[in-house]
Order: sequence, then structure tokens, then C-alpha cells
Amino acid sequence: MNSLIYNIKQGFTQIFRNKGMSLASVFSILAMLIILGIFFVIMVNLNLFTEMVEQDYDQIEVFILDETTMSETQGIIDKVKKQEGVTGVSYRTKAQALEIMKDRWGESGYLLDSLDDNPFPASILISVESIDDANRVAEYAGSLKGTEDVKYYQETVEKLTSVTNFIQIGALVVMAFMVIVSIVVVSNTVKLTVFARSKEIKIMRYMGATNWFIRGPFIAEGIIIGIFAALISTGLISLIYGRVAAAVGTQVMAIFSCPLIPVSYLAGNMLIIFLALGVSIGAWGSIISMRKFLEA
Amino acid sequence: MIKFDHVTKTYRTNVGLDDVSVNINKGDFVFLVGPSGAGKSTFIKLILKEINADGGSILVDGAEVTTLSNREVPELRRKIGTVFQDFRLLPKKTVFENVAFAMEVLHKNKKQIRKQVPQILSLVGITDKAHKYPEELSAGEQQRVAIARAIVNNPTVLIADEPTGNLDPATAAEIMDLLEQINLRGTTIVMVTHAKDIVDKMKKRVIAIEKGKIVRDSEGIYDVFKGEVNGLE
Repeated sequence: MNSLIYNIKQGFTQIFRNKGMSLASVFSILAMLIILGIFFVIMVNLNLFTEMVEQDYDQIEVFILDETTMSETQGIIDKVKKQEGVTGVSYRTKAQALEIMKDRWGESGYLLDSLDDNPFPASILISVESIDDANRVAEYAGSLKGTEDVKYYQETVEKLTSVTNFIQIGALVVMAFMVIVSIVVVSNTVKLTVFARSKEIKIMRYMGATNWFIRGPFIAEGIIIGIFAALISTGLISLIYGRVAAAVGTQVMAIFSCPLIPVSYLAGNMLIIFLALGVSIGAWGSIISMRKFLEA
Repeated sequence: MIKFDHVTKTYRTNVGLDDVSVNINKGDFVFLVGPSGAGKSTFIKLILKEINADGGSILVDGAEVTTLSNREVPELRRKIGTVFQDFRLLPKKTVFENVAFAMEVLHKNKKQIRKQVPQILSLVGITDKAHKYPEELSAGEQQRVAIARAIVNNPTVLIADEPTGNLDPATAAEIMDLLEQINLRGTTIVMVTHAKDIVDKMKKRVIAIEKGKIVRDSEGIYDVFKGEVNGLE
């Protein structure tokens, strides 16, 4: 406990004595975390988008013409139910379709209230046992009288999923690379402060200081720098993302019919991840940079 | 206290120590003399395990040094105080802090530090300089601080590497008095030096090393065998 306080104190003292160097370290981690943050933001939004698309479109939606009567619709439902591979059929009224769209638009949902006429058609939703049945069932349902259109995106969903998977793997690779680069950058920055104090380290070693005693304050220094960088980058990205989301959120909603992840949710998670990253980058940077100075 | 048994150390091209065996007893005051590059530094570095021997055995306070792991080296160094020609004080710390630092390294608590540092400062005679920085002190005073730092943790051995090398004769004599006092308290002292006048005056055991071998080990003065210990003034 005593030595923990000692290390933290020494860490702060060192940062303060080497303001320029410390600032350089904070900036290098900060730059990395911001780039990471941008990837992070894109990735989580992409994730949400893929998930929503998958949820939405794993069914076949058959739109019913407005002039189709209730009994005719029931007839369609019965016919579809008899098809092989169909596991469930449900009916969605015009009013329900409107509600769903309002939900999706979220804050902008009120825009739909101004419509005189409900433009959304009623539909029947067909779930199928396997993808192999989907094509046939979709074709059959579309051919029935009283139906307008069939929305069936199995292929598109699959393509989209593979594309987003690819993007996610790519982003992960880039992020891992970034982490390594920032450890190298930080270790080089810390190396300069270690080098400036190599005489002191040598004296400590003569006095019988253990390597961990010598490392302690430098690791504390690295961790404190990492924490600062994490706090600043989370703040900056949240701020910018908040602005961007406010500015283009409705357009994104309109084009992709998928909301952006709210900044409050994002900031909390990002802070935890960035603190962990910042702390480990700082600590490892210090440990690596000191290796040479602590050989017997 | 320190026992070398057939110790050999070879650097890439030249010999550091060549089959050296020597025994330094507890409480001894030993001068290590010889020309530059003779192996004096190698001798001291081996004791501190700054370098590893190629062969032979080195015992310090009963512990075999050659087989110590890196992790055990700090334990060894805590038994050995070191003083250098260039003092090696921390410039950004006061005299008190410099000495206290040696205790902090060993995780001593504040209470012990506040009690022990003034005692040691008074022993080496610089109580009034406790809150000055090294650059505000004379060379002799700086060396006293370095000595205080070296002995504050009660080492069993004090290694002094040319402690008077940067001092004028009068100050050097004072430092030698101090070292003799410390020796009288029971601390073994190994002092590397080129100062013939000091060695002659102290009449202690003199170990002369040349080309990696011990060429003489006897009580008395610097150059018993004139001409064999050459390269000196």
C-alpha cells in the first residue's frame, strides 16, 4: 500500500518534471485512441445495422393491395400456410405498419403524423423453416391474387452480412496494429525519460533496489499518461460523435431505416475500453522501454 | 567476508582477471592498487555482480555470487555500500533526501528514515548541510554525503572506488579519517586507489593487481616492489 502511494506520487512528480515529454506521450496515445475510436464508432453502428437488417429481413413480407378484402386476405393466408416449409404466418394491418415505421424513425416519428392517408400497406409475414424453402414460398405468395409485392431479402442480407463481417475483421486488424504502434511510440517516449534518468537508475541499482521498485514510478507514469489520453479521447470522440449524430441522424434513419447508437451509450463503453487500452499501452510502453536499463 | 577462488574473467580481447584467489576478512581495510586496466574495476564489478565471472567462485558474506539469479542481485547489493570518485549523488535531491533515498529503496518507513538519516549525517559531519543540494556543496562535502548514503543501511562491506580521486590532499585525508572510523565500527572496506601517499600513510593491507593477476598482497606501503606496479605517478 505504501509503495503504491509512493509509485503514484513519483509518477506524478516525473510527469510534472518532464512536462514536454509527458505531453508528447499523451498526444501520441491520444492520436491512436482517436483513430481507434473512429473505427470503434463505425464498427458498433455497423453491428447494430447488420443486426437490425438480419432481424427484419429473415422473413418474407407479402404486401396486400389496399382493395383486398379481409376474407380474401384470410384466403391468401390459408393458402400460404399449406405450403411446405412454412412455419408461421402472421398478419400486419396498415395501422401496425405505420406504428412500426414511427418507432423506427424515433424522434422524427412525429413527421408521419402529418400524413392524411396511411400510405403503408397491410402485409402478411411468412416465416420459413430453411433458406431453401424461402425462394419457392416467396414466388408462390407473390403469384396469389390480391398481393402487391414481395419483400424478400435473403440474398441481400447474406451479402450484407459477409460485407460487414469483412469490414469488422479489417477494423479489428487495423485496431490491433494501432495498439502495437502506440505501444512502440509510447515506449520510445518513455525511453527518453528513462534515458534522462539512467544515472539515477544506475545509482538505485547500486543501492540494491529491486527492478520492480525502479520500474514502479515509470509504470505509474505510463498509466497516468494512458488514463489522461483515454479521458481526453473519449471526451473528444463523444463530443464529435454527438454533434455528427445530431446533424445527420435523421438522414441516416431515413436512408438506412436504422438509428445511430446514442452517444450516452457509446461514451460509457468507450471509456471503459479506452481506459483499459490506455492503461495497458502506458504500462507496457514503460516496461518495454526499461528492459535494457534493468539488465544486471 | 569476500573470497575469490580461482576467478577468471575474460573480455572479448583482453583479460580482466586471470585465476585470482584472495580472501578479505571481516573488518579488513584493504587497498586495491594497480595501473589502469589491470583488473581493479573487474574485481569490484564481480563483487557487485555487475558482470559475471567466466570461472571460479566468489563468496560475499557467505553467499556464492556467481550463481545468484538476477532477482537475487539486489539482496547482495544491500550488503555492500558503494562510493565512487564522482560521488554519484542525485542532483535534484537535497543531502537529506539523497541519504533517505537509499533507505526508501529498501522500503524503510518514514519514522526510521527521520531517525536514522540525521544520525548518519552527524557521523559523517555534515548535519548543517542537510537541506542543501549537492551542487551547493564542496567536493569533500559531496563525498561525505555519498559515504553517508553508502553506510546508512549498515552494509557489511563498503567498496570505495577512488573516493579521493577528485579531492585535494587535505580533504582526501579527512575522507580517509572518516573511512577509518567506519572501518572501526566493523565494516569491511575495499578501496581502489592510485594515491600512493594515502596508502603509505594508512599502512593497511595492499593488494596489487596487474594484467589480471595479483602481484602482491601484504601490509604496508604502496610500492614495495618498485617498478612492478608501474604506470603510476
